[in-house]
Amino acid sequence: MGALVMSKAITIDGKSVSFIDGQTIMDAALAAGVYIPHLCHNPEFEPHGNCKLCIVSVNGRNMTACTMPAAEDMVVASNTPELDSDRQALVQMLFVEGNHICPACEASGNCQLQAAAYYLKMLSPHFMHFYPPREVDASHPDIFLDLNRCILCELCVRASREVDGKNVFGISGRGIGTHLVVNAASGRLGDTNFAVTDRAAQVCPTGAILIKRQGYKIPIGQRTFDHKKISEVQMEPVKRTEPEHE
Amino acid sequence: MTFALETAAHPENLKRIVIEPVTRVEGHGKVTLLMDEDNRVHQARFHIVEFRGFEKFVQGRPFWEVPVLVQRLCGICPVSHNLAACKAMDMIIGATVPVAADKLRRLMHMGQILQSHALHFFHLSAPDLLFGFDAAVGKRNIAGIVAAYPDIARQGVGLRRYGQEVIRLTSGKRVHGTGVIPGGMNKNLSLDERDYLLKEIDQIIAWSQAAVELIKVIYSERPDFHNSFGFYRSSFMSLVREDGALDLYHGGLRARDEHGQTIFDHVDYTHYWDYIHEEVKSWSYMKFPFIRARGREQGWYRVGPLARINNCDFIPTRLAEAERKIFKEFGGGSATQATLAYHWARMIEMLHAAETIQELLHDPDLQSDDLVSSGERQLRGVGVIEAPRGTLIHHYRINEDEQIVRANLIVSTTHNNQAMNEAVRQVALQYLDGQQLTEGLLNHIEVAIRAFDPCLSCATHAIGKMPLEVELMDAAGALIQRLIKDSDGQCRA
Repeated sequence: MGALVMSKAITIDGKSVSFIDGQTIMDAALAAGVYIPHLCHNPEFEPHGNCKLCIVSVNGRNMTACTMPAAEDMVVASNTPELDSDRQALVQMLFVEGNHICPACEASGNCQLQAAAYYLKMLSPHFMHFYPPREVDASHPDIFLDLNRCILCELCVRASREVDGKNVFGISGRGIGTHLVVNAASGRLGDTNFAVTDRAAQVCPTGAILIKRQGYKIPIGQRTFDHKKISEVQMEPVKRTEPEHE
Repeated sequence: MTFALETAAHPENLKRIVIEPVTRVEGHGKVTLLMDEDNRVHQARFHIVEFRGFEKFVQGRPFWEVPVLVQRLCGICPVSHNLAACKAMDMIIGATVPVAADKLRRLMHMGQILQSHALHFFHLSAPDLLFGFDAAVGKRNIAGIVAAYPDIARQGVGLRRYGQEVIRLTSGKRVHGTGVIPGGMNKNLSLDERDYLLKEIDQIIAWSQAAVELIKVIYSERPDFHNSFGFYRSSFMSLVREDGALDLYHGGLRARDEHGQTIFDHVDYTHYWDYIHEEVKSWSYMKFPFIRARGREQGWYRVGPLARINNCDFIPTRLAEAERKIFKEFGGGSATQATLAYHWARMIEMLHAAETIQELLHDPDLQSDDLVSSGERQLRGVGVIEAPRGTLIHHYRINEDEQIVRANLIVSTTHNNQAMNEAVRQVALQYLDGQQLTEGLLNHIEVAIRAFDPCLSCATHAIGKMPLEVELMDAAGALIQRLIKDSDGQCRA
């Protein structure tokens, strides 16, 4: 039965990849162990197509793999110099739009943005840094929110809404003014019912949502990306130390 | 307060000689000399011309991030800043650091002392000491050492490499690791890592002994010259252990005056501001600390290897203690105030570091898993250690949300600010006054500065509110315009 359902296939970089109806190109690729770079996609949540890193060429047209439903006989190109160059530029733009200071960041080694940059062989930010003034919110007793590092992937928004049922986070503004907001009259995380055990506290791909007092507890050499590329880790949850309840 | 030769009474019509940048030091500094037509020195200043800002931009950051952030002050002694900041954070989280973590931190610190002292002696100072202060400039560098003394150069590189390996295995990286965390350490030293370090330690101790012998030979060949070069007397300050022993990681503050009399002793460093204040001068980005009890004029002091070897009652490792006694007895104690004796004291400390590493590597506590503790939260933390270049003070305040609201760092090189200026002035008077200037003579000034192994990058971490005064003068020295920025940041004419 399963074999019959899986009989449909697309081609990714010349390799035949089976899929079932309703799967996206990303779903099919991940199931088949084919890596397509991505930051805002997490199979736990509805795809959003925010980061555009998973852009692939589908029968000659550029589409986001995480939102594009797979269809019989699609010819997908992903691992090409042109697309990787575009992906590198996208990651570079993410770096200069925020304030990502990897050398002092506690997410370093566990950060998917950093890992994607290594994977895409980014050697410099290339573009001029915006150095935007961004807020830091330390009002929550267990969680530190550092918007300097937010890449607007909306994973926390989706996790809080879909899994935690709390709607703690939302997105506000347009264009370059788009930013993460906290659903409280004061706008402060400490005035929400956000909890350290919420799924939304665990899904940030960068160091924007941090469990307090946990930084640097994992030694260098044991962090998620110390010995594995992001393509190997794929969608395994990013390792973090269990929160301490003091 | 202005010292002799700090400010010329009549700067107009004097020649201005500038040494910029001062070479073979860490960071950017310059020396300016004002001389008259007969080449008499009227003013000599050592300026620090770079500008950092760490005390300001750590504000708002979570306290546990700061030890990793502030170690970026320096690429030579990041471990010092990492450790001093983490000691402050230990206090903030109310931790009593477990014995094993304390020893691992000490091991890391000794690795740093070893590599930093080796870097300074072999790479930065050996060219002066082995070739002469006015040797051909093309030869007076590390490449010259490699060509003329390949064995010495190899030992220097080997000592530094070993120290970096100790740091890597305790902190995770050779430079800017993350092994130290508030309350302890995030890893121990595995048996494999221990055995890897033990393999070479006998060689490292032997090379460190050879380095002490080398500086002794150099010093003893011309004792009068080395004792008198840039000579002056001063107070010294350093940490000492409870029993008076040399301790580079923890202890109480001890200060002795130029006659060896105690100014204060076994002072709890968490109240350092009761004993030390800082003065700002308009012509340097580096502040001028002084001992409060002695005032601005008399209160300046020296820190670093010479201060520590002079201040301690003994060194708790056998070989280094024997060398300390030789040093103290040399010429009836004549080297204990000498500027160039810093090199000798530094090599004794390097030997002590090598011996301590050996001792620690045989301690089974290093394989313990009891590595972190915490206690009752405080809003203030002070951490002090003896960095390679001297006493290093980190002081932080946090708010209830655990963000840094205030930081004050008094860095080793900053303590030595007045002392380095004094050395520059003494050398200017001894060797340059009335002379036709040559590159070799100007290098004498740099030799005096290098003796302190200054790290100017570390020393200029302040930002923003530093008072400045800008004067525009005509050719005859008459004031045309003056703009003053006060310490509150306001400008006025």
